[in-house]
Amino acid sequence: MMEQLPALQVVLPLFSALLCLLIRNKTASRLFSVAVSWGCLAIALILLRTVQETGIISYHFGGWFPPLGIEYRIDLLNAYVLIIVAMISAVVLPFGVGHWGLSIPEGREYLFFCAFLLCISGLLGITITGDAFNVFVFLEITSLSSYALIAMGRNRRALRAAFTYLVMGTVGGTFILIGIGMMYLETGTLNMVDIANRLPLAYGSRTVLVAFAFLTVGVGIKLAVFPLHHWLPNAYSYAPATVSAFLAATATKVSYYVLVRVIFTLFGAAYIFETLRFHVLLIPLSLLAMFIGSTVAIYQTNIKRLLAYSSISQIGYMTLGLSFASINGLTGGLVHLFNHALMKGGLFLVLASVMHSIASNEIDDMRGLGRKMPFTMAAFVLGGLSLIGVPGTVGFISKWYLVVAALEKGWYPIAVLILLSSFLAVIYIWRVVEIFFFREPAAEKSIKEAPLSMLIPTWILIGGTLFFGLQTEWTAGVAGSVANFLLGGLP
Amino acid sequence: MDGWRSWFCGKLSSWGPPLTPDQLIALSILSPAVGALAIALIGRNNDAGYNPRDIVTVIATLITFGFVVKLAGPVVAGDRPELSLFEVLPGLAIAFKIEPLGMLFALVASGLWIPTSIYSFGYMRGHHERHQTRFFVCFAIAISAALGIAFARNLLTLFLFYELLTFSTYPLVTHAGSGKAVKAGRSYLGILIFTSVSFLLLAIVWTWQTTGTLEFRPGGIVSGHFESSRAILLLALFVFGTGKAALMPFHRWLPAAMVAPTPVSALLHAVAVVKAGVFTVLKIIVYVFGIEFLTDGNYALWLCYVAGFTLIAASLVALTKDNLKARLAYSTISQLSYIVLGAALATKTSIVGGGMHIVMHAAGKITLFFCAGAIMVASHKTEISDMKGIGRQMPFTMFAFFIASLSIIGLPPLGGAWSKWYLILGALDAQQFLMVGVLIVSSLLNIAYLLPIVVNAFFFPTTEVEIGGGIKEAPIACVASLLVTAFSCLILFLYPDFFLNLAQMIGEF
Repeated sequence: MMEQLPALQVVLPLFSALLCLLIRNKTASRLFSVAVSWGCLAIALILLRTVQETGIISYHFGGWFPPLGIEYRIDLLNAYVLIIVAMISAVVLPFGVGHWGLSIPEGREYLFFCAFLLCISGLLGITITGDAFNVFVFLEITSLSSYALIAMGRNRRALRAAFTYLVMGTVGGTFILIGIGMMYLETGTLNMVDIANRLPLAYGSRTVLVAFAFLTVGVGIKLAVFPLHHWLPNAYSYAPATVSAFLAATATKVSYYVLVRVIFTLFGAAYIFETLRFHVLLIPLSLLAMFIGSTVAIYQTNIKRLLAYSSISQIGYMTLGLSFASINGLTGGLVHLFNHALMKGGLFLVLASVMHSIASNEIDDMRGLGRKMPFTMAAFVLGGLSLIGVPGTVGFISKWYLVVAALEKGWYPIAVLILLSSFLAVIYIWRVVEIFFFREPAAEKSIKEAPLSMLIPTWILIGGTLFFGLQTEWTAGVAGSVANFLLGGLP
Repeated sequence: MDGWRSWFCGKLSSWGPPLTPDQLIALSILSPAVGALAIALIGRNNDAGYNPRDIVTVIATLITFGFVVKLAGPVVAGDRPELSLFEVLPGLAIAFKIEPLGMLFALVASGLWIPTSIYSFGYMRGHHERHQTRFFVCFAIAISAALGIAFARNLLTLFLFYELLTFSTYPLVTHAGSGKAVKAGRSYLGILIFTSVSFLLLAIVWTWQTTGTLEFRPGGIVSGHFESSRAILLLALFVFGTGKAALMPFHRWLPAAMVAPTPVSALLHAVAVVKAGVFTVLKIIVYVFGIEFLTDGNYALWLCYVAGFTLIAASLVALTKDNLKARLAYSTISQLSYIVLGAALATKTSIVGGGMHIVMHAAGKITLFFCAGAIMVASHKTEISDMKGIGRQMPFTMFAFFIASLSIIGLPPLGGAWSKWYLILGALDAQQFLMVGVLIVSSLLNIAYLLPIVVNAFFFPTTEVEIGGGIKEAPIACVASLLVTAFSCLILFLYPDFFLNLAQMIGEF
């Protein structure tokens, strides 16, 4: 049983998704999917523990040895990302149990949960697998299920958003497939470890260069790296509330994982940063993302869009951390993966509660909501403080590592820019906080505080942003050892 | 003297329940926070009559002050109690260690919290303020944060509580909820966060990255790691990053914060918040840079000029303000620069002067603000030109105002004389004769913007017809508090030894 856990991590949600179709009853399918997500979290935790204790787990699917068979290869890096995905789904799925107004189309609830579980299994699959082509397969599972999820949004514009996402996502997926194909051409294998071993022999070849280009652009689209972010604001804004929370907290994180995997495991940091000087491209793009994302966020009238643009700027922090190619930088990027999942997940859950109460996410409709829903909106303020990077919150920890990394490279202007961009976060967060707390409510409607089934998941994530802002051994500690592991070859 | 001192210290530490110093540190920082929680739970919506949260508030203030006083004994005797909580990042712990400067600040903040709370009861009712429970909760959290700053053992802990203080005082600044208050809150938060995140945090990370430590140490930590222009840049980042010190050009938040209810202006924006700023500057200069490092390289000379400029310029602006609270705010900006100047001169004596001025200015300025609030409550006047003849109506208040003005100007027999004395001595030590001149000119300016108010109040006939004579003072809670703080200015002149002792020990970690 224990040795089958790597397979179960993916197979459990995959088959449960199908079971959801048979269950059909909305309450039963919801409870079932909640149970499955908790199971996934338990498996992910055990896997992380095992990796920490005994080292890399290599699981051969169906007993076929690689490179013929598919290998699931779990090291610290993907064990860490598995936790993020499993944790967020375990918190988001129970959100609002007992309340059905959550813009899930009536009569199709079981389909919603089916797509949700498929999406989870896809994300976990991308993360866990050690086979390049397998990554593509799970990527498609994730993409298709998330198109369905986004399209279930109540607003008709959700369909258009889903379509844009579909087109962009397919382009991204295709690019990744082409990249994988070229690597196969050059190395004759799809197993990541084998690819990594054989690629150095082919470093001079133009095919490898083009493969890397296709892979990065493809992953870049999925990750919404500036300027490939166009699909993200619409997709996040029009998706059903809980879907936004889930996707914002996990989908881009897994794409970031793929990018890290491609750069640090497949191609090797030395080749990417010393020969190709990839950071010369990635650093300016990250900085632009940080500033343009935040600046655009300031002018949004829809709160979900605001958070979506904020996500683009936060992704900038992550890619910036990666492009330092140093222990501290990569730690900052990786820890921000976890931290950003916590805060964006929490913030989008706040908006889901708001959606439930006032059926709108326009900032203007949320005037004076701080008085009607104090606990919900207090969570928003704390999440916002974390986005700003106030000490005592997780945002501070990420920023700390990034600034240290910039300073130790001697890149002083970048350190200054990181800090200045967090001031932009102050502006976009505080602009809405003022509206939530100091404007008179629009009309004397009887708006009630969100029910406990919504408050508890929200506060688990928001409480996490505070807890892990002071206790960093489980986040920055793990991220630090991942960075050490990935940069083992690099001084 | 020594016999007296040890007897006094023994008395200070032996009263009350037996507690170890590390427990005391935790308790003194926690008790305002616990108080805040209790106030939030007990507070009723009744903002006019009796409310049980008032009693909780007073108990919290007394207990907090008790713990701090109990800690003062060992500190004066030479102990440096410590408490290390946990590591946030490897090598970076949330930890506390009490040295004399921190003790001084903690005593001032927690001590003046007691009269301020009592004053608040009178003021908030007299002024018919709403949301009083929120007010008292945020107030208590702010005190907790101020004590955290005072006791911090390293820059990270200090920064954590520094930001907590900013955010906990934001709801106090915007208390009225009006458009004006929200706008003021915006510049309050904007300037304080901008400076702290852009400059202070950068300076902290830079220090950490270069020296590998953020601990406060006697003699500093940067010497040997930073030289010439980099040292000056680091100092500039630190000093301007500490926006709470209100050094020009980052002073605008302080006048903006005056929209807050007057007790907030009195304790937070004349004592706790701004003193947290200058305290941070002093602490960084003494324990991060080290006095010798600064004087050897002459790295802080520019800061003398910036402080000197702020000192004079703010006094001149104060002269032009007709709104009493605005005038006091600019006076505060000017007085804070005395302390920054004391730090920048970086001699033993000037540091003593700076430390003393934290205490003396606190006692004087809180009284002035109390008076301004009392006038608002009793006669609804905010402009100085309307206050002609008000001394007949409010003799006690205006008498206290007079005493406190003299203390701010620095005349004996009031506390302010001591700090100015040491500051001028320090400037002479450093051979900065220009700064001696600045200090003296500024004292004259203090006279020019403070005493006319008193003269107006007592010697001019009232402009209003309806007043048929008779005394019309603010509620007794207000008047009693402001008389107590005014009286303390006198006491501080007569018995400065305790604080002087502490100030002279600054640097002994």
